[in-house]
Amino acid sequence: MKYNVILLFVCLWGSISTAQECKSILLGEIIDFHNNTPLTGATVIITGKNKQTVSNNQGKFRFEKLCDGILELEVSHPECTSEFITLTINGDTYKKILLEHHLEELDEVKVTGAIANNTSSAQEGRLSLKEVEKYSGNSLGDALKTLTGVSSLNTGANIVKPVIQGLMGSRVLILNNNVRMQDMEWGEEHAPNVDINANQDISVVKGAAALEYGGDAIGGVIIMNPLPIIRTDSLFGKTQTNLFSNGRGGNITTSLTKSYNSGFYIKGQGSFKQLGDLETPNYLLTNTGIQEKGASISIGKRDFLQGYEAYYSFFDSDIGILRASHIGNVDDLIQSINSQQPNSINDFSYIIEQPNQEVTHHLGKLNYYRRFEGLGKLNVQYDFQENRRLEYDVRVGADANKASLDLSLTTHSISTDFRFDSKDGLEVKTGLLGRYQINFANPDTGVRRLIPDYNKYDFGVFGVAEYKLKDNLMLDMGIRYDFSRIDAKKFYRVSRWDERGYDEDFSAIILEDLGTQLLTNPIFDFHNISATAGFEYQFGKETKLRFNYALAQRAPNPSELFSEGLHHSAARIELGDLRLKSETANKVSLSLEKNSSKWGYTLAPYLNTINDFIVLEPTAVEFTIRGAFPVWAYRQTNAQLIGLDASVYNNWSLKIRTDHNFSWVSGTDISANIPLINIPPANFNNSISYRNPNWKNLILGLESRYVFEQKRFPPNINVFSPEQQQEVELVINTPPPAYHLLALDAETSYSIRNKNDLNVGLRITNLLDTSYREYLNRLRYFVDDLGRNISLRIIYNY
Amino acid sequence: MKTIKRVQKQTKMKTTLILLSLGLMTLSCSNDDDNPVAVDEEEVITTMNISLTAAGNTVTLSSQDLDGDGPNAPEINVTGTLSANTVYTGSIELLNETESPAEDITLEVAEEDDEHQFFYNVSGALSGFDYVDVDGNNNPVGLSFTITTGDAGTGILQVTLRHEPKKPNDGTLADAGGETDIAQSFSIGVE
Repeated sequence: MKYNVILLFVCLWGSISTAQECKSILLGEIIDFHNNTPLTGATVIITGKNKQTVSNNQGKFRFEKLCDGILELEVSHPECTSEFITLTINGDTYKKILLEHHLEELDEVKVTGAIANNTSSAQEGRLSLKEVEKYSGNSLGDALKTLTGVSSLNTGANIVKPVIQGLMGSRVLILNNNVRMQDMEWGEEHAPNVDINANQDISVVKGAAALEYGGDAIGGVIIMNPLPIIRTDSLFGKTQTNLFSNGRGGNITTSLTKSYNSGFYIKGQGSFKQLGDLETPNYLLTNTGIQEKGASISIGKRDFLQGYEAYYSFFDSDIGILRASHIGNVDDLIQSINSQQPNSINDFSYIIEQPNQEVTHHLGKLNYYRRFEGLGKLNVQYDFQENRRLEYDVRVGADANKASLDLSLTTHSISTDFRFDSKDGLEVKTGLLGRYQINFANPDTGVRRLIPDYNKYDFGVFGVAEYKLKDNLMLDMGIRYDFSRIDAKKFYRVSRWDERGYDEDFSAIILEDLGTQLLTNPIFDFHNISATAGFEYQFGKETKLRFNYALAQRAPNPSELFSEGLHHSAARIELGDLRLKSETANKVSLSLEKNSSKWGYTLAPYLNTINDFIVLEPTAVEFTIRGAFPVWAYRQTNAQLIGLDASVYNNWSLKIRTDHNFSWVSGTDISANIPLINIPPANFNNSISYRNPNWKNLILGLESRYVFEQKRFPPNINVFSPEQQQEVELVINTPPPAYHLLALDAETSYSIRNKNDLNVGLRITNLLDTSYREYLNRLRYFVDDLGRNISLRIIYNY
Repeated sequence: MKTIKRVQKQTKMKTTLILLSLGLMTLSCSNDDDNPVAVDEEEVITTMNISLTAAGNTVTLSSQDLDGDGPNAPEINVTGTLSANTVYTGSIELLNETESPAEDITLEVAEEDDEHQFFYNVSGALSGFDYVDVDGNNNPVGLSFTITTGDAGTGILQVTLRHEPKKPNDGTLADAGGETDIAQSFSIGVE
């Protein structure tokens, strides 16, 4: 705990009597910063002078016979750490000292404290720094999968979208250093544009309970914060490198932080990653390399009273997409599904060719906070983001090196919030948000725009409160309103416009008729309300019960509204719908937790009922000169997700610990009474670890992951195959069988200059080189998943 | 004194922050209201024309899909009928008719003939097919070919254009792999 001081001194006598007489008196008053009540029993020491006193029951203290000049006070209170205050004595002096006396407070506290939750009643998870470091060479989605209830939707191994309790994409918000990522999260093959090595304090709120971040987090919120910077004069750095056998490459990341006693700091970080073609146990995956670059810099000052931060981060990735997954029509897809082997396998290469995607993300932020005594804390922030996405297809002739999709998404946000924390046991936070976003689709691609040009305006206001009713009962609640307007300029093919029936409902939005195409100007407004309420009840020292209800509404995203075109990667025509409304989720979750030093468990069931759930699924087949294509259209239905996340750990001895996690979710379209598509199969993870601090801090771990077969999936569709001249079943929805993977991890620490400053780890994933396919990998039709990977990680702190 | 200074500093900072934000906002808001330009699809094949000729008699098969991946199915036309037990010389033409004048895609295929191959599958009253042309590596292309008719009846001709197939291949689509650029079938009367 820290506290701080306002320098407020008054000269009672303006006399400039001879300074060396040492007759001055210091009168001090120690006051609780939050509610202005006097603090009794604080010890005050004049450092180096051997003078000491204790504040009385009015919070006052007094020193006499002081010499004029500068002196330093050390003020400590039984519940706080010591604070040093420098002040000038110039005759008799009065000093008011405001102590910060709440338990949570200053972010620095998190270093030592146990898990600080984002909400008190919702289900949450947090990655330890060790876990984050283990996945430093992978992606955010890979690391999050270690949390119970979090899975991922992959396009190969390098495009990993986090899935929280069965939901993903626009239903999952990502807060990157308090900035909500705006990186075209709407696409299934769009991974979050974040460097896992930049902001390593990573937690997840499962559901929409964290209203301050957004009201549309029907799936949940991923919060990535920088590790706290300790307020002391120091310069420290960390370099980590990971080398991988599978992909024959690796990554390196370095951070350097200079901090000062005053609270000022400057931190820089950079990462680079390069992998070549990945391998399954039996064959090479041609064109699956990746190159990733990330850099960030932050400059700021954190003081108890006020602080600011300027932050900039850059992220760039070039990801190869499996050559064999780029196909021409439904017959190619049928053939790929039947052949079980990719038809093009080349020699190993680091070169990334078409099809591939190049994404660049810039993020800048300015943040300022100030505390007001007896009231609370004000926070003001402006942030800017630019996301540029280039997707390359296999093209011919002059267009061979031209992108097929070229989108630039620019976002400006201003937000402010105020936290009222002056009353013991009650904390209220209110805030406002304004956001402006422009999407530009470059027409030079020579391919009709999949996502149109648009401007989007958002406005949000929220209030959340936490109230400690009893020592063991915490209540929380919140409400939020969001307005959003999307103003697009979109070209429609006349034939599509008529086929969708837009000619009847939307004729008023046509700006221009170009013969075969129409230029239209759809403008839609959405008003969304979200709310949450819950409690945390503690019985005994070790057991907690949490209950949360969350109402959330989400406006359809640009892809759901406007997409219209052919996706080569899936050989499908994707169609948005201008008639979509916001979806509304009602989620009830319960969590029973026990945590003791010996053992603990979490049992967390939930029920998420979503009205007007927007789902993308195969609906029909259309014929073109290139053959037949399944049409995937967005539609709205009522859905229900019911699930359970359970985990148990046990410390069998000081050295041996086991962990057991199980998560299961079942999703149903309750209007049509069919299972929902892309619901993660149940999985069961077990691990055993052995640690011996006497043997160079050895930690040995064996991890087992069993993924069940998903038995609940929507029916396959039948299509006419021009090649076979008959109707055939397209086994596009049938999930692959269950699989079991083992991983081994070993690490030790060495002391080079400081204690345990060098950490070396060896990790082998898919230890037995098992061939398997994963239901939530979009490339499962074409190829097996990754084979064995041996990786070495070296972390050096200095 | 110090306090006042601090407060001033804060106010200044806040003002700067707000001004900066507003500045950036207005800067970006001054986005012009011009309408985006339409994209005319390049490298799209809208039309395939096949002509089969024997003894001065020409039969034309065509497939035209002007809305590309739009909802309308291609329009298929067959002019006339083939004579039984005859060898026909065939040629194929690909066009992009979304452009005016229409772009001849056949030329592009001919230029990159080592990366392309047409596959013709005959059945029913059509009894035989042979490639006439080859690429630089002596592998078949299929821009010109022959088709032999059998006894009278109805014949089915399936035409597939593959981009980046395995070359050489055993003549089946399954072995060739690659990406389908065209897949169309015609039903032709043989008299």
